[in-house]
Amino acid sequence: MEYVIEMLGIRKQFGDFVANDNITLQLKKGEIHALLGENGAGKSTLMNVLFGLYQPEAGKIRVRGKDVKITDPNVANKLGIGMVHQHFMLVENFTVTENIILGNEPTKMGTINIKDASKKVQALSEQYGLNVDPYAKIEDISVGMQQRVEILKTLYRGADIIIFDEPTASLTPQEITELMQIMKRLIAEGKSIILITHKLNEIMEVSDQVTVIRKGKGIGTVTTAETNPTELAELMVGRQVVFKTEKIAANPKEVVLQIDSLTVADNRGIDKVKNLNLTVRAGEIVGIAGIDGNGQSELIEAITGLRKAKNGHIKLNGKEITGLKPRKITESGVGHIPQDRHKHGLVLDFPIGHNIALQTYYNKPISKNGVIDYKKVNEFARQIIEQYDVRSGEGEMSLARSLSGGNQQKAIIGREVERNPDLLIAALPTRGLDVGAIEFIHKRLIEQRDKGKAVLLISFELDEVMNVSDQIAVIYDGYIIDTVNPHETNEQELGLLMAGQSLQDNKKVGGTQ
Amino acid sequence: MSKRMVNILVPLISILLGLIIGAIVMAISGFNPIDGYMALWNGIFMDTYTMGETVRQITPYIFSGLAVAFAFRTGLFNIGVEGQLIMGWLAAAWVGQAFELPAVVHVPLALIAAASAGALWAFIPGLLKAKLQVHEVIVTIMMNYTALHVANALIGVISGGEERTEKIHESASLRSDLLESMTDYSRLHWGFIVALLAVIVMWFILQRTTLGYELKAVGFNKNASEYAGMNVNKNIILAMVISGSFAGLGGAMEALGTFENMSKLHAATGIGFDGIAVALLGANQPFGVLLGAILFGALKNGGLNMPSEAGVPTEIVSIVIALIIFFVASGYIIRVALERFGKKRKEEK
Repeated sequence: MEYVIEMLGIRKQFGDFVANDNITLQLKKGEIHALLGENGAGKSTLMNVLFGLYQPEAGKIRVRGKDVKITDPNVANKLGIGMVHQHFMLVENFTVTENIILGNEPTKMGTINIKDASKKVQALSEQYGLNVDPYAKIEDISVGMQQRVEILKTLYRGADIIIFDEPTASLTPQEITELMQIMKRLIAEGKSIILITHKLNEIMEVSDQVTVIRKGKGIGTVTTAETNPTELAELMVGRQVVFKTEKIAANPKEVVLQIDSLTVADNRGIDKVKNLNLTVRAGEIVGIAGIDGNGQSELIEAITGLRKAKNGHIKLNGKEITGLKPRKITESGVGHIPQDRHKHGLVLDFPIGHNIALQTYYNKPISKNGVIDYKKVNEFARQIIEQYDVRSGEGEMSLARSLSGGNQQKAIIGREVERNPDLLIAALPTRGLDVGAIEFIHKRLIEQRDKGKAVLLISFELDEVMNVSDQIAVIYDGYIIDTVNPHETNEQELGLLMAGQSLQDNKKVGGTQ
Repeated sequence: MSKRMVNILVPLISILLGLIIGAIVMAISGFNPIDGYMALWNGIFMDTYTMGETVRQITPYIFSGLAVAFAFRTGLFNIGVEGQLIMGWLAAAWVGQAFELPAVVHVPLALIAAASAGALWAFIPGLLKAKLQVHEVIVTIMMNYTALHVANALIGVISGGEERTEKIHESASLRSDLLESMTDYSRLHWGFIVALLAVIVMWFILQRTTLGYELKAVGFNKNASEYAGMNVNKNIILAMVISGSFAGLGGAMEALGTFENMSKLHAATGIGFDGIAVALLGANQPFGVLLGAILFGALKNGGLNMPSEAGVPTEIVSIVIALIIFFVASGYIIRVALERFGKKRKEEK
């Protein structure tokens, strides 16, 4: 079998820090080769070496059997290597075609020949079943579609080796399924793929080979058909990983959160939460399962005061909190791990220490008479950093931006949990995180429950909901279609409920408990 | 190359480069660069009089720089410092001439009036931004023109149709016999002390108070601030008001110190607009603004001496000064060059 890419014994060092240590990756023609590793294991460094952004200190690269020296990305492009980045590199108000030809514009007598380019894009799109409209503007198309534009960009430039960097991080489940099909199609058309990911189920579904790296070291390559998620997780993390978090039975007590016939509209004025009822008790975790866009965001925003409710009541410990200002709600005992940690959870340009004080900066003992004691801020931050194992370059002084997603999330959870709220709302708390971090966060949620707190978990991942929750409330089209016990249900049943199927089967509509 | 070395070298090399290019410009235009720079130097440091005038010139720049920088730090672009400064100038001039009070009351009252007038002029764009999402750049630019013409009209009303307001009472003046005798009767006044205090106030607000924490958080990320329970709209308005107060105080320096009155203006004073450059030179840090204002004010004042002493026309002087400032502002380029240079040396070793 011929290899299209061989990276042999690659070593890359930054100062004293060894990012890649003797890593070998061999990609065969026509296969999907997964590159698996935790956040910060060195996957991106390795790919940047392949792409010519870094020069390795040792090791060699062969492309189609020939030794090559990739000095910059242009060389990589010429060798037929293309990359679909995790964060898309697209101009929002340009059309698909304009984006694809950017930097490589075909000209006719000094003007851009957009017509021919569009035709070529159209042809490529059809050949690979991408279904992209060459004339659509980027800002008007979905994230999944934008990703396909990135794929088209590499194809347009003649790539036959395509690197996908964490391609599913921002996609919906449907889009993920479609992407998997596209990847298979690309392979069928003779392309080869390197898939960078830390999601085990994706690897199992789509890849042929898996190369695992851990803390910068190459652990080895295994054939997907001969392995399983448990083994892969162990290889990746270097210890046994418990997928199913251990927990004792719940001991629900008094009602903490009571929502009665709540209706909430989105920015366009369309009702997204409709007459919703929900109860969360002390000492239990209620998981809200549902497909993205069925009112989850609006529900959380209404509870936390970020969005006005049109109708209905939200009570915390029996007291009405509907319509209160976010700070009043926070102070009355609500902790909130927001679903978008970059947008809502953190001020990325603040040090992580300042971020840990984001909900408490105005209170004694951190501040007095409007003056902040930053010594106390940092002291408190160090406590959380230690307790929640937040890893960063310069401790509490590191910019939040510089932390990995998992560590950012740990800092947020530390901040919210340490305020000791009666109700903890966790919205997609493990999105984009690796198995080690997921395990840690699940444990913390369950710990809160065992301390007698009420936990409301919102997640798009069925595994997570079934694993962590004591009660599962399925949300569909803005109301709770049914509430089920995780021990008495299965993925099929939940899947049907999430698709709104139970209306005919059972007559319970809207109510919980 | 150590970080510290780079930090010291960058501004020095920048100024040197600016001087060299400025010299080339002068030489090409047929003037002797050495004479030109001697005149510039003399215009800044020649004797106690010029030094007094230099410090006087620096003072309003500190305020306009602080005003721009403060807004910047909170994510707002206050282009209206010019107008706020004009309104502050007028308010201080009016309070200074209309009342007769003991100095301990009169000076603070005039300063407060100036700060309030500037704050009011900045409050309007702040309010429009917070409530109606009108971009502050548009509103503040337009309000510069309104300020100019409103002030001119009010000067007419106050003075009963004259071209300038009456001289302020001595009790409101920042000038002092002590400073005058020390600097050979320059117009140096106590305003520079007020300016230094303002630098410390801005540093304190941003670095030590919950207000500063909120303003910075809102400037960086509105969504996260709102999520954390901050009142985003209130913070936007407050940021503009504080920024406008600094600008208004800059106007008070002219009213209570330099001119002791206010004349009708044909055009903008330029101090407010130069404040943008001062703020950027100082990287929007309070002490950086101080340094930026010193550079700006010194060059401005020194440049006045170049036409008379070296015969360099004012147009060329403006170009030379602009070049020096340009090179200081583009210190980034030099920084990158130095870092490359350092790296290469390391690799050769």
